[in-house]
Order: sequence, then structure tokens, then C-alpha cells
Amino acid sequence: MKGAQIFVECLKREGVKVIFGYPGGAVLPLCDVLYDSGIRFILTRHEQGAAHAADGFARSSGKVGVCLATSGPGATNLVTGIATAYMDSVPIVAITGQVATHLIGNDAFQEVDITGITRPITKHNYLIKDVNEIPRVVREAFYIAKTGRPGPVLIDFPVDIQRKDGEFYWPEKVEIRSYKPKYEGHPLQIKKAWELIKSSKRPVLIAGGGVIISNASEELKKFLEKTNIPVAFTLLGLGSIDVEWEYSLGMPGMHGTKYANFAISEADLLISIGCRFDDRVTGKIDEFAPNAKIIHVDIDPSAISKNVEVDIPIVGDAKLVLKKLNEVAEKIDISDWLKKIKEWKETHPLKYEKNGFKPQYIIEKISEYTKGDAIICTEVGQNQMWTAQYYKFKKPRSLITSGGLGTMGFGFPAAIGAKVANPDKIVIDIAGDGSIQMNIQELATAVYNKVPVKVFILNNCYLGMVRQWQQLFYNRRYAFTCLKGGQPDFVKLAESYGAIGYRVTNEKDFNEILPKVLEEKEKVVFVDCRIEPEENVFPMVPAGASLTEILDGLA
Amino acid sequence: MKKNNKNQSHIISVTVENRFGVLARIAGLFSARGYNIDSLSVAETEDPSISRMIIVVKGDEKILEQIYKQLNKLIDVIKVQDLTQEEHIERELALIKVNTQSFNERQEVMQLVSIFRGKIVDVGKKTLTIEISGVDSKIRAMLDLLKTFGIKEVIRTGKIAITREFK
Ligand SMILES: Cc1ncc(C[n+]2csc(CCOP(=O)(O)OP(=O)(O)O)c2C)c(N)n1
Ligand SMILES: [Mg+2]
Repeated sequence: MKGAQIFVECLKREGVKVIFGYPGGAVLPLCDVLYDSGIRFILTRHEQGAAHAADGFARSSGKVGVCLATSGPGATNLVTGIATAYMDSVPIVAITGQVATHLIGNDAFQEVDITGITRPITKHNYLIKDVNEIPRVVREAFYIAKTGRPGPVLIDFPVDIQRKDGEFYWPEKVEIRSYKPKYEGHPLQIKKAWELIKSSKRPVLIAGGGVIISNASEELKKFLEKTNIPVAFTLLGLGSIDVEWEYSLGMPGMHGTKYANFAISEADLLISIGCRFDDRVTGKIDEFAPNAKIIHVDIDPSAISKNVEVDIPIVGDAKLVLKKLNEVAEKIDISDWLKKIKEWKETHPLKYEKNGFKPQYIIEKISEYTKGDAIICTEVGQNQMWTAQYYKFKKPRSLITSGGLGTMGFGFPAAIGAKVANPDKIVIDIAGDGSIQMNIQELATAVYNKVPVKVFILNNCYLGMVRQWQQLFYNRRYAFTCLKGGQPDFVKLAESYGAIGYRVTNEKDFNEILPKVLEEKEKVVFVDCRIEPEENVFPMVPAGASLTEILDGLA
Repeated sequence: MKKNNKNQSHIISVTVENRFGVLARIAGLFSARGYNIDSLSVAETEDPSISRMIIVVKGDEKILEQIYKQLNKLIDVIKVQDLTQEEHIERELALIKVNTQSFNERQEVMQLVSIFRGKIVDVGKKTLTIEISGVDSKIRAMLDLLKTFGIKEVIRTGKIAITREFK
């Protein structure tokens, strides 16, 4: 068997059903084998799209996503996608072609040191140097990507080795002596944690992306229902449980709800599960949760005590730790605290002024219509924050968004990947007019491969989030953030690719088309929503301020 | 907040897979996170599939904790040990080329070298090259004494260290 055949056989053994990719000289032998391998190959229109699609596939399904690119520019085009997956702990395997081994290091045509370039943004990477190591490398790559704290793994595959003869074998199991992820939390630590929880008067739980990655929603729900501890969700933690639960606080942090930020600031105990205390969550770190002891559950020891000092660290898988906690958890006496939380929720709800065609309204309507059952992807900017605030997430893996890296252009290709993994679900990308143009070429991919995702462009003709900062902190000097000049006609643009396009400028027209858009089973739909151009995202904690210094924007 | 001495020096022993790219991974980790390496020495161990790196870094407890965790996170890292937390022996090797203009100077240098249990490993017309090993302070003392003669060149290996055995 040739190296390329061995490689593809290994992918099949790993259960790979679909690859997002783009061909080129250094992956010709691989593509030739893939051509009639039975593995679905989705040709994107840019390698970045392939990486994000693999990412969306992985986040929405929990399986490893796979993308493929040729050497040199193909490989470097994957970089943003790999970094995005790395920051959000998403299991993808990126396969790149490489120049022939005897040319490596010679600045050969389309040679880049992609293992060097991606070293800091992959969990691990490989350069295959021998045809006989292919099975071991593929096996390890998938294993590393999906175990422990998941993350992207890159395999660089020189073209001559793809053509070389070798033997296929399948290693029974993976044995990496230097890599033994730890799943069980230490029983003593868990016991100590419960003691602390039991004696707390004002506890808050923060659910991060780790809850979703470890499929811990059921366990979390059980724990919360037993204890009634109020819960806040980080951006990546949204959907852990129903955000409309009685003591749900929604999202904390920079654009979080006031009541989440108040609760965290007054808490005497924070239980963080699978969240790494990103600065967008904590605000000014020295004034974060000043009165609280902190219990931190994370599978990655390096996430613990990195940003905040922790009282009880528990290294382990969120699901297993919650299971153990549930064995001892019971009602705790925090009725005064719960009363206070309820008051905060009533007196400081999320709100916006209802004049004109508002993005928040659009999200609310999409939320009502889909009842939390859709997969919602977002781009980055105001669109992302409005979605996080106003969509009522109910289920894990229903929000797919670039949290850590904040990658504009992520949402649309990620939606394609999510729809490929979940053909029966409604998959929506809530986009900004700026972000959508960063990977707009993937319209061809979606249309041609019959992946009918729905894109709502919250079109404010601005790089809105940046404009908002300029308005608030740079004296309204809108440097390079107006997109009016040169903005395409998104309706015609969609149509030219064979998708459906709508333009709506008011609530009435929007409500009219909404069912049509979401019930459309065959076609890709773009909806150009002409929203109030200078609408802002509030509440807002300015960068570097403490969580209680909240800008409101409302009179 | 823990307040620790920021300039506390630590000797970290990192046992790694003896594979291509591992050194780059470790060096990259230090540079990406802004930790400074004072010295680094790498060599194969008794098991040729394993290498050991001895890295000397300065930092407070918090930084050290992160370094420890981040190193452990690398797939190729088998074990990380802070030798400064344990009974250990440390050594460094230096090769020093020193100017000797006259017979007297040569005599003097040779005497110093023998007091420090060093060796003369090369003799030039106007230089002597000295090999000396020991702990950092010994090497610094030697260098200090030789300074008066004029040091032409110094090469130091950086620290290596090993734990003491009590059994
Ligand atoms: C690739 C990339 N470049 C730049 C930024 C900085 N940035 C963050 S939000 C934003 C504006 C996004 O504009 P748009 O997509 O129209 O969304 P809006 O905020 O208007 O909803 C920019 C430029 C980014 N996050 N990603
Ligand atoms: Mg915009």
C-alpha cells in the first residue's frame, strides 16, 4: 500500500466521515485516494473556511473535525482556524501536505515550516518522516485531539511519503508514556469543596465551556436543582443548562447581565467549572469577586491559579467531578441570597430601547421561533454579544462562537460544518456585515454541497463593536470602521451564488419572512437586516474596570 | 496574593522524549509566555529514547507553578522536577582562556588553578586555557581571580544537576 492509502485507511478506522479541505500539489496523492474512498470531501473556497468548518463540525457534534490543505499557502491559510480551535479547546485534526522530504529545509517551492508555525497553537503536531509511522501518528493525533483538554493537532505529510510503499497495520491501543490525562477529581478535594459549598451563604457557580466539552449538562442540572445555587454562564458555557432556569444569571463579564456581575461581586463562594477566568469574564482582576473563596474545577491544571488565586483546585473532568459532588449534594440554606438574586433580576433585566429596527429584537424573535432547538453560530462583534444576551439557550452545543480568539469570519464556515454534522437541525449564523465578508466565499461551498444554513446579517454598515468603543472612549472618531462605502448588495450577492436573499428594514417585514427563512429546507438563505446603525451593546464593563463599574447607555 | 522573591533561581529538570522538535517546543513555551531562561543544557540520558534538559530560570512561586504546569502540558514531556526543592548536586563546567604575558603570570595562574582543582587543557604562547567545574560561586570566584590577568574568552555549560540518593 502507498502512504496515502495507508493514511486514508487510518482515517476510516478513526471513523472519519467527512473532510473539509482544499487540494494542491503536495496533497495530490492523498486527494487521489480520497476521491473514491467513501469519505465525503467538502471542497471549501478557502482553507480558512475548511478549518472553521471542521471546528463547527467538532463543536456541534463532539466528534473530531478534520480539515486538509496543501503545503505552503494552503497550510498557512489554516492557521487562523487552528488558533481559533486551540483557544476554545476544540478537537480538530488538520492535515497538511509538505514538500518531499529531501527538499525540506531548502526553501523549496511552497515549502513552509508549518509544524514550527503552529507549535504554539496546536495541542501537538507531527511531521511524518517515515511511511511506517503513519498509523501510529494518525492514531495518536486523534487520541490527543479528543482526550484531556481537547485541542487541534496537525499532521504534516510530505508528498514523497504519500507515494512511498509501506505496510498497513492498526495499533490496538494508543500508548503515550508522557501523556496521561487525569479525569477523576481528587476525592479529598471534592469532599473539601462540598464542605465549603455547604457552609457558604452567597455561592455562585460559573459554568464554562468545559461543561459542554465534557457533556456534563445533566450532572450540572442535577447539582443546581439540588442546591439551588445561582449559575452564570461564560460565552462558551451558554447552553450548559436552560438559561431561563429560575436562578440562572445569564452571562457575566464585559457584556454580561448586571445581576450576574453583582452576584459574582458579592458572592462569598465561586464554584468555577471548566472556565479559565478570561479577562472578559473577570474585569479588573484585583477587584474580581473580592469576598469569595474559589473552587476551580478544570481538566487542565495549567488553567488553575493562572488568572485568579484558587482555594480549592480540583483537576478533573467536569462530568465526573459533578457526579461525585451529586453523591453528597443536598439543599443548602441560602434563601436570603436567592431572594436578593431574584430582586436583582427583576430590577436590572437586560433591556433595550424599542425605537427602530433593533438587533436585539431580531435575536429575540429567532429565539422564540426556534425555541432553543437550533444551532446558533455567530461572527464576532456586537452580533455575537447580542446573540449571547438575547437568545435563550437551552441545550449544550447550541451556541458555536469564537470565544477565546474572537475570530471574525468564523461563524459562517462553522455553521456549514455544524449543518454537515447535524443535517436535521436548523443551523443559523448570526453575522455582522463586516465579519460575513471575511469568509463570504463559502457561499459557494454551502450552495454547491447543499448545506442549507441560514445567515442573518445584522447590517449596521459598521464594524460595530469597534465603532462602539470609538464612540465611548475615542471621542466618536470613527477611524476605519464605517463600511458603507463598498458594501455589496447582500441579496444580489447571495442570489449570484444560487442562494436566496432577503432584505428587511423593519419588524413587520422581518416577522413576515422569518418562518419562510427557517422553514426553507433546501436552500441557503441570506437575510440582510438593516438595523439601527449606531445601536450599542449594553450593559458594558469597560476593559480593565471592575465588574461593578457598569455602563448602561439607557437614560 | 503570594509575595515571593521574583529573582529566586530554580533548577528545573525536564525529562523529555528524545525527538525532533522537542527543544523548539520547550524554548517556544518559555519565550511565548515571557519566562527567561538563564541557562539550558540538554543531552541524551542512559535511555537513548529519552533526553534530559536542565533549565535554570528565575521567578516567583506563581511563575514557577505555571512553568511546571505548562511544561507538563507538552505531550513530549515525561517528567518535570524542581531540583531546588530537593537535596541535589549541581555542577557547571567552564573553559577559560586567560592571558599570561610572563613566566610569573603563568606560575601564578597555574597555582590558582590547582587550588581550585582545575586543569590546564591547552597552552598557547601567550595564553593558558583552564577547565574548571563546580558550583556557580566557585566558577565566579575563579573568574574573578583570573580577571587581573585578562580573560580572553569564557565558555560555560550552564548548570546541570542531579538529586542526591539517600538509600
Ligand atoms: C479577524 C479579526 N479582525 C479584526 C477583529 C477586531 N474586531 C472585533 S469586532 C470587529 C467588528 C466586527 O464588525 P461586524 O462583523 O460588522 O460586527 P458588528 O460588531 O457590527 O456586529 C472587529 C473589526 C477581529 N475580532 N477579528
Ligand atoms: Mg457591523
